[in-house]
Formats: sequence, structure tokens, C-alpha cells
Amino acid sequence: MLRLVVDLNRCQGYAQCAFLAPDVFAMHGDEGLLYDPQAEAAQRERVAQAAAACPVQAILVEDAEASDA
Amino acid sequence: MPESELESLKSRGRIVVVGASLAGLRAAETLREKGFKGTLTMIGDEPYEPYDRPPLSKQVLLGMARAEDTALPRRRDIEAEWRLGVPASGLDMAGRRVKLADGDEVPYDRLLIATGVRARPWPNEAEGELDGVFVLRTRADGAGLARRLEAGPRRVLVIGAGFTGSEIASACRERGLEVTVAERADAPLVGALGGVVGAVAAEMHREHGVDLRTGVMVTRLEGDAGGRVRAAHLSDGAVVECDVVVVCLGAQRNTEWLAGSGLGAGPRGIACDAGCRAFGITGIVTDDIYVAGDVARSPHPLFGYQFLSLEHWGNAVSQAETAAHNMLSDSAGRRPHIWVPAFWSSQFGVNIKSVGVPTMGTEIMITQGSPAERRFAGVYGYQGRIIGAVTFDNARWLDFYQRQIEATAPFPPEFSNVDRRPEGGRPVPADFPDPSVPTHGPTVTLSGYSPADRRMTFTPARN
Ligand code: SF4
Repeated sequence: MLRLVVDLNRCQGYAQCAFLAPDVFAMHGDEGLLYDPQAEAAQRERVAQAAAACPVQAILVEDAEASDA
Repeated sequence: MPESELESLKSRGRIVVVGASLAGLRAAETLREKGFKGTLTMIGDEPYEPYDRPPLSKQVLLGMARAEDTALPRRRDIEAEWRLGVPASGLDMAGRRVKLADGDEVPYDRLLIATGVRARPWPNEAEGELDGVFVLRTRADGAGLARRLEAGPRRVLVIGAGFTGSEIASACRERGLEVTVAERADAPLVGALGGVVGAVAAEMHREHGVDLRTGVMVTRLEGDAGGRVRAAHLSDGAVVECDVVVVCLGAQRNTEWLAGSGLGAGPRGIACDAGCRAFGITGIVTDDIYVAGDVARSPHPLFGYQFLSLEHWGNAVSQAETAAHNMLSDSAGRRPHIWVPAFWSSQFGVNIKSVGVPTMGTEIMITQGSPAERRFAGVYGYQGRIIGAVTFDNARWLDFYQRQIEATAPFPPEFSNVDRRPEGGRPVPADFPDPSVPTHGPTVTLSGYSPADRRMTFTPARN
């Protein structure tokens, strides 16, 4: 399972994330962003791509299996 | 060479963080990142690990995420001892101990207080306990309200049209639920953004089918025989039948546990210096107690060194990082918390963002776009300089305005590179309500100059 948070002060609604991981990120209106704060492990690749592609590096992801101690 | 005090703190000191939410977590991560190897204790009154609150009034109410699934991602392992579900109940400054509600005491060498705020409850306790009456601040609040919205209530009443109240109303309409919003001021969002922007917000509510009632107060909530809320009585004599009520009257700072401790803590927060060190009631700064997040009030050089309380997500993160850095630094290595206030809200399909301190503004000028199109930027002026800015669906310009604020650029601005329309281009009064009559409570509170000030009154934004 993945935990994520987007720094929406930084986010400028470029929508790269919504394009790369549409099951996790969705635009809401013209530039608002909604995301699933806890995504399925199956989304790992896509979410990682989205986080890497975000032009303002607003997406923080944690692979929660790894640190569930 | 003997080990310095700082080196021994770093290698085997005891740091206690009271408040296990966003600010507490980010501070803890920063402490570890900066090489703190001692014991770290995280104390939190809620039984959950740190979670993110903004989704509670958005994704969660829209049914896109569960309130239980909002745990914050970690930047790194913090190897902390967690004391969750037990609130702190007292502080012994001389003995350097935090007292817990279960009777335990936790000793510290450095303490970080990040106890945040809680929702201001409905003033009538019995009415507030009626089934169907909610506030929205915690994960449990979010889960309960989402469940109730899912069940399809006949009408939701939102009391207070600040950001949270407006977001809740927006989510209800998006789910096809009937919603009435009752606001004491003349428009939504006026406490944070003033009357000019508030008028735009009011139109957005109405266009989306919200039954918006302004200039009214809810005087009484009425329950049925089974203890369920069934109606609300308004100050204009109207009665609104509703089966869900959400009380959105702003926040109260969690400082009661510090009463009598000697720390400069009161209803307006905990005063700290720009380096996040808490003041005692003497007005003397402490060396071992730090503050971060919503509960802090600290002087900001860009805003006349007034003490600002900022209930902002980004402030919590930034102030926590600064506090953690300073906790592990000697006096020459400390740095000030000079984050420029910024926040966002998403409602009725529009992305609202702001930088600076609009509430200090006496005038506003629409510099780009058009309020009628719900896409614009406006700047706030105070004593001839730009003090804040707001955008509706125009976020990409916000950095530009932030730089103007940081550079104390003149107001009214003279940009040659941005578009102007007939409705903009001219400063008009920003039209903030009298700050001595708080409505839902602004998210930036200006609270004067005295670090040990514990009064309840609001400092006027204009003078
Ligand atoms: S890619 Fe980044 S900036 Fe663009 S919408 Fe996603 S989070 Fe926001």
C-alpha cells in the first residue's frame, strides 16, 4: 500500500500526475487536484512516475509496507 | 576535548514532541535527518499515527477516499517512542517534564509543542450533542460525517462559511445533497479574503444550488424525541429543517494543558520568537521549549514583526523544520522562520490560493482575469505596498505575487506584463469585517506585538 500527500501550495495543476496515474490523481475543475491519499500497491510504478514527472516536485510517496514497523 | 552540550544532546539527549500531527511528524523527521541520535518521544491525544487533515473536507466527503486512509507518508524512519491516545496534561518547566493525562511523566532536554487547534464546538452543549450535529477536524469527525452524507440526508446545514464550511457545502452539492449555509457575515470567506472576494464566493455558492443565508446567526438547534437534530432556528426568524448540521466556526488553540506552567500560552496560541523558541509569561524566551504549527504565534519580519498565528498546512511543515533545526543548533546556527503565508482551498470546482496576509490589506485590486469568469488574481495593499494576493484558478501566477510581497513592491502595482480588464486595474476597499467580531475565524490571526499577550481580543487589521 502507498501513502501519498501532495503539497498543494506547490502544485500548479500541470496534471502530469493525472495523466500518468489516473486512478490515483484526478483534476477537479480546471486546476484543482484530488488524489487518493492511500493507493493500491499495484499503482506503485505509476505513482512513482507521476512523482518524478511533477514539475514542481509536490508529490511525496511512501511505500508503507517497507516501513510498517 | 570535552564534548559540548550540543554534541551530547545530539548523541544521547531526550527530545519530546507533544502533538503527533503534521508539524510534529515533520519536526521529528527533520531531527533525525539532522543527526539526532537520542530518544525521541511523540505524544498525541488521538489514537492514530499522524494523518493529513485537508482531505477530510474534500476527498473524504466526496466519497473518493476513506478518512481512515489519510495517514501521512513518512520522509524517513523516525525511530520514535509513540505515546498515542494520551493527551499531555501539564508541563513542569523547571523540572523539564511533560505530564500525561494517564499520570505518567516524560522528561525532556528539548521540548517541541505542536498541539495544534481543535474545532470550536457549538456553544450550546446539549444542542451540540444531538445526533447529526458534527464538527470537522479529526479523522473520526471526517469518518462520521462522510458516513452520514453517504446515507443521503434530506438537508445539510453548514454553520459558518469559512474555507471548511464552504468546502463541505461544495462537497454536498457535488453529491447532489440539499445544503443550507448560514453565515454571520455578509458573504462566505470574508474573514480570510474580504468582501470583494467574498461576493464572488457567494455567487459561486448560489450558482451551485447552495441555499446561502448571510447576515444571520443560528440561534438554536432543535432535536426530535429521539435526540436527532431536526431543525435550526435563525436570527431572522427562519426555521431550516435539516437532519445533518456541521458546525464550522473556526478553531480553538490547544493550550489549556499549559495553564499555570509559566509558558506564554493562552487562547491565542503560544508566543514564540522567530526561531520558534517559546516565550515564558515573563516575556523572556526559553532555551529548551520550541513551538510549531497552528498553535504557534510568532513575529514575522515581512509583516511588521507582528505576531501571526497561521492555521496553514504549509506553515506547519516549514515551522516544524525550522524548529527542529534550531533545537539542534547553537545560537549562531539558528535560523528564523520566515515562511510567507500561503494556503489553498478547492470548492465548487475552483482552485483558490493565496499568499501573504490578505487580512492586513485595506485595499484590493484585481490585476488579472475576471471575477465574473471565476478566474482572476487580486492583490491586497497595505500602506502603499503589496501585502497579499489571491487567485481563483490562476495558481501559476502565485509565485510572481509572492516575489512582489517579499520585495515589498508598491501598491497599487504597475505591471506592464499582465492583462487588465475594465473591472480591474483600480484599487477598491478590500472590505474586511470588523475583526473584533470574528465569524468563522480567519486562518491568519494578527495578534499584536506582545509575546506574553494572553488576551482574547483581536487586534484590528487596520489602524
Ligand atoms: S503533476 Fe504536480 S503540479 Fe501537476 S497537478 Fe500533479 S501534483 Fe500538481
